[in-house]
Amino acid sequence: MAVEKMSIAKALNESLRKALEQDPKVLIMGEDVGKLGGVFRITDGLQKDFGEERVIDTPLAESGIVGTAIGLALRGYRPVVEIQFDGFVFPAYDQIVTQLAKMHARALGKVKMPVVVRIPYAGGIGAVEHHSESPEALFAHVPGLKVVSPSNASDAYWMLQQAILSDDPVIFFEPKRRYWDKGEVDTDAIPGELHKARVAREGSDITLAAYGPMVKVCLEAAAAAAEEGKSVEVVDLRSMSPIDFDGLQVSVEKTRRLVVVHEAPVFLGTGAEIAARITERCFYHLEAPVLRVGGFHAPYPPARLEDEYLPGLDRVLDAVDRSLAY
Amino acid sequence: MTVESTAARKPRRSGGTKRAAGAASAAKAPAAKAAATAQNAEPQLVQLLTPEGERVSAADNPDAAEFLSFVEDITTEDLRGLYRDMVLTRRFDGEATALQRQGELGLWASLLGQEAAQIGSGRALRDDDYVFPTYREHGVAWCRGVDPTNLLGMFRGVNHGGWDPNTNNFHLYTIVIGSQTLHATGYAMGVAKDGADSAVIAYFGDGASSQGDVAEAFTFSAVYNSPVVFFCQNNQWAISEPTERQMRVPLYQRAQGFGFPGVRVDGNDVLACLAVTRWALARARAGEGPTLVEAFTYRMGAHTTSDDPTKYRRDEETQAWEAKDPILRLKTYLLASGGADEAFFESLEAESEALGKRVREVVRAMPDPDTMAIFENVYADGHALVDEERAQFAAYLASFEEGH
Repeated sequence: MAVEKMSIAKALNESLRKALEQDPKVLIMGEDVGKLGGVFRITDGLQKDFGEERVIDTPLAESGIVGTAIGLALRGYRPVVEIQFDGFVFPAYDQIVTQLAKMHARALGKVKMPVVVRIPYAGGIGAVEHHSESPEALFAHVPGLKVVSPSNASDAYWMLQQAILSDDPVIFFEPKRRYWDKGEVDTDAIPGELHKARVAREGSDITLAAYGPMVKVCLEAAAAAAEEGKSVEVVDLRSMSPIDFDGLQVSVEKTRRLVVVHEAPVFLGTGAEIAARITERCFYHLEAPVLRVGGFHAPYPPARLEDEYLPGLDRVLDAVDRSLAY
Repeated sequence: MTVESTAARKPRRSGGTKRAAGAASAAKAPAAKAAATAQNAEPQLVQLLTPEGERVSAADNPDAAEFLSFVEDITTEDLRGLYRDMVLTRRFDGEATALQRQGELGLWASLLGQEAAQIGSGRALRDDDYVFPTYREHGVAWCRGVDPTNLLGMFRGVNHGGWDPNTNNFHLYTIVIGSQTLHATGYAMGVAKDGADSAVIAYFGDGASSQGDVAEAFTFSAVYNSPVVFFCQNNQWAISEPTERQMRVPLYQRAQGFGFPGVRVDGNDVLACLAVTRWALARARAGEGPTLVEAFTYRMGAHTTSDDPTKYRRDEETQAWEAKDPILRLKTYLLASGGADEAFFESLEAESEALGKRVREVVRAMPDPDTMAIFENVYADGHALVDEERAQFAAYLASFEEGH
């Protein structure tokens, strides 16, 4: 029995360690991932144990990191690359969108792209510009990519395992402000399905759907709502591409109300797609339009404003009240 | 030799020729030479066969001297082989242009004028080496044994490439300019990790040299000392933009700033391209890292069949380059040296005709893909949304069929 209480950061570190142990083709690449162990220490100690040939400090060039990872994948390796912060992924966006995502289709299936791009994302850490963004929709919109984000230590551990085992490119968004949140991790457990949602809290009056850093906020909102006699169900989507609409549909048909919560701007975001598809699937079950809580159509604000900008307990509960008022 | 027999090649990864391996010991001298030359204002040009069809000796051209040893083994029969490669490549290319004019292809990117650069470099490779092309490397594909008709699917619009890169160690054509130089570098990093002595070659153009990805590929390959050859065909034009819009110093000199040698070679001289590429590959195999080869050549035709070069360049320029034609100069040499007789040229003409006929027939018979192929190979492990949309679209299509 290997159940241990650990932080999300530690769970990711243990997960990478296990992947490196299990498959000699797994490589870790990125800026400062070697001696330093990454700016968030997610790769702490891995270069010491697995060597510079497998845990590779790269030049400061994100397109180069992803572009060479593609070449290594073509050679039979399984690179796990780290983009240091969300806002720094864009130099690599071309390689991700035009090459990584399309290579398998371009080759009519004769080439596979088992590349994981890890990105610490979202806000709440008081950072400077470009260190707090949530660009997941920009990747979920791209056919050929899979996009996931864990919300807790256990999921972080096994979802990263599954992402590395995937023969498709996976964009792995890590909720950086939750890195130090602890939870129980069973390192021997049989992993679940990477793209299956889970019910994080059962309820009967309304469903909150979220992923990554917002799951915790939704669980807190559900607890607060319970004190007011409202039964809130929280669905942790885990995956933004594909989205487990079947799982979400079950919840919405039960509660008949849905609020989607994410940090990313609401406009054309993940919530917009969920609202459209759940409306199509559950039209006759819905008692209220699907509501969304998320970022505004404005650049991520300076740190002194982020507490107001980020969806918190009150904004989520406000949306719950508006939905229930229909 | 028939076209079919060229396409049918030995199993891959069977090790290379002794020639290239033997040449590795001589790899150092030109490297030092190139580095020393790089500071000079006057660009070097490695040339082993003049536009007039005369072989260059060490005394004639100091820049060329150190590369002569890399083609010492080349026999008259080998020269006829290189000539044949160039003629058949040009014929295939011309056929494709004609097929575009007839509406059989949506687009074609002609390599006219660049045959020597592609055949010379392509024939320098071993089977276990790996090629990362742009979308114009039809001559390199030929050298790799890729059936030329495989290249036409994407231009006809029936696929986006579709061949298995590992069959001939020839990666898919890459359309986004410069992206493949990073793939080549990553692949070369993998070769080094595997402890193999294979080399990787990345093709790109003068326009691509402005792309950040190319600069990043230079940096990555330099710091990891990767076994990769960057082979730039400087064909003077990036669609309508001349090299003056891409660079202020001769391109090959850029390598020095990244810490590896660069050499400019006459890109219309197949022998020089063969020699310089062999040298660069030998460096890669010997663990000496990347090399930049700038093949100075000319795009005789349009950028693609959609382009109109009369809008931006003068006829006199094109005519001046016609005098440096890569095929003509080797023919002149073969005739003057008695390396080939009329029977050879006649037989090659017949082979060329047969190739053209086969290309026409294969293209015209190329079927459109099944509609549902839209949903195939989007993912290796499947995706719920693709499955859902496939089912919905199939049902939609079936609803029309049921109406009959």
